[in-house]
Amino acid sequence: MNLLSIFTNPYLWASTIAMAVPLALPAIGGTFSERAGVVNISMEGIMLISAFVSVAFSAYFHNAWLGLLAGVISGILVAYVFAWAAAKMYANQIVLGMAFNIFASGITAYLFNAIYGPEGTPFDTPKLPDVKIPIIDKIPIIGQILSGQNVMVYIMFVLVVLSQWFLFKTTVGLRLRAVGENPEAAETAGIDVVKMKYLGVILGGAFSALGGAYLSIGVLNSFSPEMSSGRGYIALAAMIFGKWTPVGSFLTSLLFGFATALSYTLQESSISKNIIMMLPYVVTILALIGIGGKSVAPAADGIPYRPKK
Amino acid sequence: MVKKALQSILMPLIAIFISMIVGGIVILITAKQNPIYAYMALFSGAYGNLMNFATTLTNAIPLIITGLGVAIAFSSGLFNIGAEGQFWIGAIVATYLGYQIKGLPWYLHIPLIIICSMIAGALWGGLVPGLAKVYTGAHEVITTMMMSYIAIYFSHYLLEGGPMMDKGTIPQSPMIQDSAKLSILVPNTQLSSGLFIAILAVVVVYILMYKTTIGYELRAVGFNMKAARYAGINVARKLVLAMGLSGAFAGLAGAVQIMGVQYRLYDSFTSGYGYTAIVVALLANNNPIGVVVAALFLAGLSTGAQEMQMQTNISGQLADVVVGLIIFFIAIEELYRVIMEKIKTRKSKLEPVGGQE
Repeated sequence: MNLLSIFTNPYLWASTIAMAVPLALPAIGGTFSERAGVVNISMEGIMLISAFVSVAFSAYFHNAWLGLLAGVISGILVAYVFAWAAAKMYANQIVLGMAFNIFASGITAYLFNAIYGPEGTPFDTPKLPDVKIPIIDKIPIIGQILSGQNVMVYIMFVLVVLSQWFLFKTTVGLRLRAVGENPEAAETAGIDVVKMKYLGVILGGAFSALGGAYLSIGVLNSFSPEMSSGRGYIALAAMIFGKWTPVGSFLTSLLFGFATALSYTLQESSISKNIIMMLPYVVTILALIGIGGKSVAPAADGIPYRPKK
Repeated sequence: MVKKALQSILMPLIAIFISMIVGGIVILITAKQNPIYAYMALFSGAYGNLMNFATTLTNAIPLIITGLGVAIAFSSGLFNIGAEGQFWIGAIVATYLGYQIKGLPWYLHIPLIIICSMIAGALWGGLVPGLAKVYTGAHEVITTMMMSYIAIYFSHYLLEGGPMMDKGTIPQSPMIQDSAKLSILVPNTQLSSGLFIAILAVVVVYILMYKTTIGYELRAVGFNMKAARYAGINVARKLVLAMGLSGAFAGLAGAVQIMGVQYRLYDSFTSGYGYTAIVVALLANNNPIGVVVAALFLAGLSTGAQEMQMQTNISGQLADVVVGLIIFFIAIEELYRVIMEKIKTRKSKLEPVGGQE
């Protein structure tokens, strides 16, 4: 196979974007959470729960949009519990994250078996629609890449821009960031630290849930246990490599999405896909140890804060 | 002192109790079965007879050894959550040396494998995450997690058409030599003399952490890093050492699993022992003896869950649900403090100070 022909194949670029969705959404979600000073490694678990809930509701009501809504609500509820434990109970956030991930992997597999049994989710479960964009659709190559994608792809584009604006141009965004950098000072300035932490974690849950729903009713119309397969952790990496910004997270997710798309395209070639799959993790370590520009976490990230009053 | 010891036992017990109740409610709603009957099936499946208990012990061995490693890191204030990857690295080295080296007697072959896999685990878990932490401040939670994924993909690379793949189409390594196999203790089970390695590891870690200067210094760093530095302890070196030791035990566990149970490496060879080991260390509050108890409990939970699935048709994944809940209820220890304080203030309102009539 000619190596160059791989890169001129519009399918590779289209699937790069498609593969970036379930990374970018939780990565942006994680950004909100960590900007508010809460490390949430349970993006993986929230994705799984949302993926399951989305499919279950989509199948039951025969409406993928209702499925998506239910998935997001489930993500918000789980994140709410996380926020309570992290902000009100000062729990160790890494330990919490582990608890949520183990719980999520267990409960989704358990309920999947209990409700659907070995046959799995119904075949006629509706999925979220693919969207053809007029005009762009007619442009060669670009049309093949940008049009006809799942609706979640376009939702992602909108959310990237909105998130960046929200975090860096609005008062609430400023307060959120202040809490992650210096909660004492933020509190002195009259900011409700606990409320901001809730906001950050819940936004994180909602975004991760969107990513999870995309896996089960965006790309497919079914669920299988462990279907998030570590994407929550790669999202964490994308967030770090993207320097805790929505646009950075998105661009890094594209890079990681490209690695994944490439590993599938190269399956027939001599380079092992497993070697390519390692790249996001290697890249993240390099980013963390300061090669290619230092990535610095919010100063109070992960430290439980006890309000003074 | 007694109160503190009581607390460290009481907390996990309360967490386990609440989690079992919540798990029971899940059973009641989703499977419409009697939870007590299900839990009895689980218990007898885990500890009910010699065969079941041997299986539980077999599953407990990697948890004990890896759990000890994670506990060393925890006591030094480090969060090694990449034990899974270090476990894989130990297993890869053990497998490679196990089938490559031929003609050695077992009393040389097995120690050689043990030493090499421990070094490999130590380098994987200690060198990169430890040095990165000390010199660039990269958080070990992220680095160990990333190293873990790299290890898992690396092993898949080795097995799926890579240099360690056996002849044929199944992605698995060749079988290790007989001289690299640990002997089986109970016939018709997989319980091997790896049990003695686990017990020895517990003793070694206990002595290391509580009876030596190094152990004291490691715990001092974990207790208060600034004070330790002030007391003249080389904190950076201790952090790297703690990560290295942590990785070494995870690597050893991988090797023991290969030599005692699996005899060859394949894609799904670990059942997430590295992740469960974190729970073990957490439940045990980093105490080496506690690690044994916690490992036996968690191994029993997974062994028993399979038996429960056969007897009651309740899916074994319920065990994960319960484990997740247990960690959650341990993590929110603050809640118990809040409740205790509420009870205390109510009591003091009922009984006025001074005992007036």
